[in-house]
Amino acid sequence: MEEEDFAGGVVKKFMYVNRKAPYGTIYALEVLEMVLISAAFDQDVHLAFLDDGVYQIKKGHNPSGLGMKNFSPTYRALEGYDIEKLYVEKESLEERGLTEADLVVPVEVLSRADMAALMAEMDVVLSA
Amino acid sequence: MSMLHTVNKSPFERSNLDSCLRHAKAGDAILLIEDAVFAALQGTSVAARMADAAKQFRVCVLGQDLQARGMDPANVVGGVTVVDYAGFVDLAAEARAVHAWL
Repeated sequence: MEEEDFAGGVVKKFMYVNRKAPYGTIYALEVLEMVLISAAFDQDVHLAFLDDGVYQIKKGHNPSGLGMKNFSPTYRALEGYDIEKLYVEKESLEERGLTEADLVVPVEVLSRADMAALMAEMDVVLSA
Repeated sequence: MSMLHTVNKSPFERSNLDSCLRHAKAGDAILLIEDAVFAALQGTSVAARMADAAKQFRVCVLGQDLQARGMDPANVVGGVTVVDYAGFVDLAAEARAVHAWL
């Protein structure tokens, strides 16, 4: 476990596992709020998108017809909070007919096996 | 008179759509809304199932829910019709009853 002191605190490897589609439920937006909070505590944040979570970062969201706010630009702003470790599962994209070019942010595409290996390295994993 | 079935859960996460397809009667209308709109798109692992369903049922998908999720209405499976909220009301009004598969 790689932990270093930072301003008297401890930096842990956090992973937020996004598995739900946006807009149909509140999970995607709530995880995004948690991610921004952990950024304020200078943690080593990783975001994983798998299963229906890949739909969260699909290009072209426009929920105006539902009277909802489009929160997808926030994923592009994460870089400004030093959150740049975004991983997407290849098999999840393929099952949904999506490719890396359909995504709104730069990501690293990982196989399911590599995603599992990355999860195993984490200190804290929060899934929704 | 036929039945209108609404499905609102992703086919990749829940079995609502499969249950609906197993119980609906030929000629019924099935409207995909909210997270179920992902079932209506070409190129996915459920697209063939939807193409089959469209031969037996009147399958529709709510355009506003496609648009919200960045999905192109032109990219729906053949035989599936895109409707708006007014179309949703028409389907409900034409049906003998509405079965919401929650």
